[in-house]
Amino acid sequence: MEIGLGHYLTVSAIIFTLGVLGIFLNRKNVIIILMSIEMMLLAVNLNLVSFSVFLNDLVGQVFSMIILTVAAAEAAIGLAILVVYFRNRGSIRVEDINLMRG
Amino acid sequence: MIVQGIAFYVFAALLVASGVMVISARNPVHSVLYLVLAFFQAAGLCVLLGAEFIAMILVIVYVGAVAVLFLFVVMMLDINFRELRAGALQYLPIGGLIGLILLAELAAVLGGWIIAPAAQKAASAPVAAMGGATNTEQLGQLIYTHYVYLFQASGIVLLIAMIGAIVLTLRQREGVRKQNVGSQLARRREDVVAIRKVPTGEGV
Repeated sequence: MEIGLGHYLTVSAIIFTLGVLGIFLNRKNVIIILMSIEMMLLAVNLNLVSFSVFLNDLVGQVFSMIILTVAAAEAAIGLAILVVYFRNRGSIRVEDINLMRG
Repeated sequence: MIVQGIAFYVFAALLVASGVMVISARNPVHSVLYLVLAFFQAAGLCVLLGAEFIAMILVIVYVGAVAVLFLFVVMMLDINFRELRAGALQYLPIGGLIGLILLAELAAVLGGWIIAPAAQKAASAPVAAMGGATNTEQLGQLIYTHYVYLFQASGIVLLIAMIGAIVLTLRQREGVRKQNVGSQLARRREDVVAIRKVPTGEGV
C-alpha cells in the first residue's frame, strides 16, 4: 500500500475532469463555472506539488504559489465583473451575456 | 506507512466526493461549502506530501479568501438559481463524453509514463541541498533569493487585481446624502448664523 506519485496524479486528474464536467453541466450559471475553474486550478496545484515532492525539487512549490496568486486574482476580478453585470442587467444567465454579439 | 495509506485514501475519497457535490448541488451556497471541503481535503493531501507551507496557504487563501468571496457573491445577488439549473441534464451526455475522453487520456498518460533517471539530477532547487530545514524555511530561502522577482511580480498581480475589483464595483449613486467632513469643517460662524435685532411687536 505504498502511496506513490501515480496515486496523487490520479486524484488530481479526477478533480480536473470534474472541473471540466462542471463547466458543461452548469452552462447557465457563471458562479458555478468560476468554481469549476477554481477546482481545475486546485488540481493543477496538486499536480505541481506532488511532482515537486517526488522529484525532490522545490521549484514546483514556488510555481504552485504563483498559480495560487493568479487564482485569487482571477476569482476577485471575475466576481467583481459578475456583480457589476448583475447590477446593470439584473441577471447572470450566460445566454444573456451577448452585448458584444459574440 | 499504513496510516499514510489510509489517510491518503480518506482525503482523496472526500476530495472527489466533494468535487462531485460542487458541480451537482442544487443550491449554490451548498456548492461553495463543498468547495471549502474540497480545499481542506487538498490541504490534507499536501500535508501528507510534506508540503506544509502550500497546505497552509491553500487553507488561508482558498478557504479564507476565495471561498468566502464566492459565498458573499452568491448570497448578495438575488438570483433565481432554480431557473439557472433548468436544463442542466441536457448537457450531461456531451459533458460526460468529454469528461470520459479527458479522463481516459489522462489515464493513458499516467499508465505509460516513467520518470527519466536524469530528471532527479536536473532539479534546479534540490531539497537535499537545503540541509535539514523545514519546508517553509526551504521555500523562504528559495523565494527570497532566486525567485524574488517572481515574488514581487505576483504581488503586483494581486495589487492590480485589487485595484481592478475596487474600480469595477465602486459606484457613485445619485441622490444619496452623505456626510461631507470637509465642508462641515469649513463652515464658519459668519456664513450660517445671522443675528437680527427684532423690534418689539413687529416680528422679523
